Amino acid sequence: MTLLSTKIAAARAVGSVVRRAGRGGGTSLPGKVLLALEPHAISELAARLPRGSVVVSATNGKTTTAAMVASVLDRAGVPVVHNRAGANMAGGVASTLLAAARGGDQIDGELGLFEIDEFWLDRVAPQLEPRGILLGNLFRDQLDRYGELDTIADRWAAVASGPTGRHARIVLNADDPLIADLGRDSPDVTYFGIEDPSVAIPEMQHASDSKHCRRCGAAYVYDVIYLGHLGVYRCPSCGRERPQPSVAAEQISLDGTRGSRFELVTGAGRAGVTLPLPGLYNIYNALGAAALCLDLQVPLDTVVTGLGDVRAAFGRAERIAIGEVEVQVMLIKNPAGANEIVRTLLDADPPRVAVIALNDEIADGRDVSWIWDVDFEPLLSGLETLVATGARAEELALRFAYAGLPRARIEVVGSLEAALDRGLALTPAGDELAVLPTYTAMLALRRLVASRGYVANYWEAAA
Amino acid sequence: MRIRVGHLYPDYLNIYADRGNIAVLAERARRRGHELDVAAIGLGDPVPGDFDLYYVGGGQDREQELVAPDLAGKSEALRAAVEDDAAFLAVCGGYQLLGRSYRDVAGAELPGIGLLPLQTVAGTTRMIGDVLLDCPWAGRTLAGFENHAGRTLLDAEAEPLGHVLAGFGNDGVSGQEGCRYRRAYGTYLHGPLLPRNPWFADRILADALAHRTGGEAPQLEPLDDELELAAHEVSSARARARGGRY
Repeated sequence: MTLLSTKIAAARAVGSVVRRAGRGGGTSLPGKVLLALEPHAISELAARLPRGSVVVSATNGKTTTAAMVASVLDRAGVPVVHNRAGANMAGGVASTLLAAARGGDQIDGELGLFEIDEFWLDRVAPQLEPRGILLGNLFRDQLDRYGELDTIADRWAAVASGPTGRHARIVLNADDPLIADLGRDSPDVTYFGIEDPSVAIPEMQHASDSKHCRRCGAAYVYDVIYLGHLGVYRCPSCGRERPQPSVAAEQISLDGTRGSRFELVTGAGRAGVTLPLPGLYNIYNALGAAALCLDLQVPLDTVVTGLGDVRAAFGRAERIAIGEVEVQVMLIKNPAGANEIVRTLLDADPPRVAVIALNDEIADGRDVSWIWDVDFEPLLSGLETLVATGARAEELALRFAYAGLPRARIEVVGSLEAALDRGLALTPAGDELAVLPTYTAMLALRRLVASRGYVANYWEAAA
Repeated sequence: MRIRVGHLYPDYLNIYADRGNIAVLAERARRRGHELDVAAIGLGDPVPGDFDLYYVGGGQDREQELVAPDLAGKSEALRAAVEDDAAFLAVCGGYQLLGRSYRDVAGAELPGIGLLPLQTVAGTTRMIGDVLLDCPWAGRTLAGFENHAGRTLLDAEAEPLGHVLAGFGNDGVSGQEGCRYRRAYGTYLHGPLLPRNPWFADRILADALAHRTGGEAPQLEPLDDELELAAHEVSSARARARGGRY
């Protein structure tokens, strides 16, 4: 046995003990153990992948975008090593590689597909030496944990313009000025974006970031705004403008919480895509995934089929039938993402009952200020009852009370289980119940629903 | 009564939910039969002298640098307004800019407007976490969240907004948080500060009304604050359990 394989065996043993002990998932712990034993484990194991690796990062949509890439690559017959459960820091990436490692310097898979946490990209990506880097968007998110947006942009810029970026094909969102600017010094860039002003929003949402030119500080002028600060922009002062996307969505038709259709326009031709995931934000995810896969030489028709087959990542627009009610679980974690969930809900029949679960653990963001940056107001017209739950349920209740929802229609229910049952009781048979949890509340919800036999635990689904 | 509010740089300094504070002031004024009339004061705009309340929020470093030179041009008008007993609430980055100066990590000095007797020096680590203050001048506590790299030092005779019961406060060592001068309040407690501290919202409203009438601060009719007080309790408990330690 080589030294590395001994360390792999030791790390695996830890993971299996943890899982048997019922300590939820244990998805990143074996990798952490491996990295403690062998700090270069990620690069050593990734080097075994015959087709190399690709990485995906963004504030919003990492897990879903990677799931889309996985679906396309599955159709293309490329076996991937993929951290699909969303454990996306060094430990999670190492765990995924560890699970795929086989004896004799082998690995079970051909291409590595890794979503990477925004703050870990500059530490993990160089170890993977990726052939493709997809960067989707940057929004204000959990500032207590990540610091300011510009800090992350600076770290990403160092990756894009450094050795890691120079050896990779870079795929960037043309519509996000902070992201598009990362390609300024890189020759090998694919830009993607939306080309359909009919789905534009009339004005910038409250929480919009990056309104000022990263180069000269002047306010961008937007011809079209699609979502947050994403759109068609230019700087009137220094002339910096949105790059022309070579992979684009045209003729978009949104179908509420069910999905969308659009025309995918690429250098390899154009084709209609039926996407089974809702909202404009998922069209951005699909465009990024399509651009990355096309760069990997996957044929266009395979890309289209793969996108059409994609399933919701856990807690992301997932539908669970509970009795006569269809529960829609939509993760909310920051203003831009939550705004798109609100917009998607409104595009369908706006919910009469919503259960919103606000927790404040590290993974949720300990600072709950962000809920005041979300434009929840459009939900108010149709909302009969808000069930507020989670550790900071009262803060959420106040958010809606000061938005104008009468306090008599707000119920604060401390326990998540009781809140779900209350929401189900308030929802007529045959109707839908919207459940919007923050990250740790979503995990708790999954466990709760799984314990009642409705969905599989995510680490089982990921196995 | 119509309470006129001047919101400074809402396009630049709006991170951490500043609009929540304004929404709370507006709603609590409305329920007492008053009306909040909020006007934005942006880059290059003059500062009319007839506002009863000024508000400035927090931003990222870049936005703060963009507004600092403009704010310097407004310093005389803003100082005169506060001397004339207008109310002022400044949060986080806005709070720093009301001091004499802000020195960043590289040592570059950003001028403040000298409205509050303090100065700020950036540290290399951020002070992030839940925070709870005792405000003996009001006989109340303030619960919130802080996230700042700046260390703010008050002048010897300056009055803090509160004493830190849990968390970091102005600099992580003095035990002081924020600053209070006439009817101006500066604090690092950002985001939904006023929803969970309704007494402070009412205090600011009463100050603004007093400026409007030229008389004493009125006693505002109490509201049903059951949710607000529950949120205050949870936030206080969070600070006691996991606020920053110094």
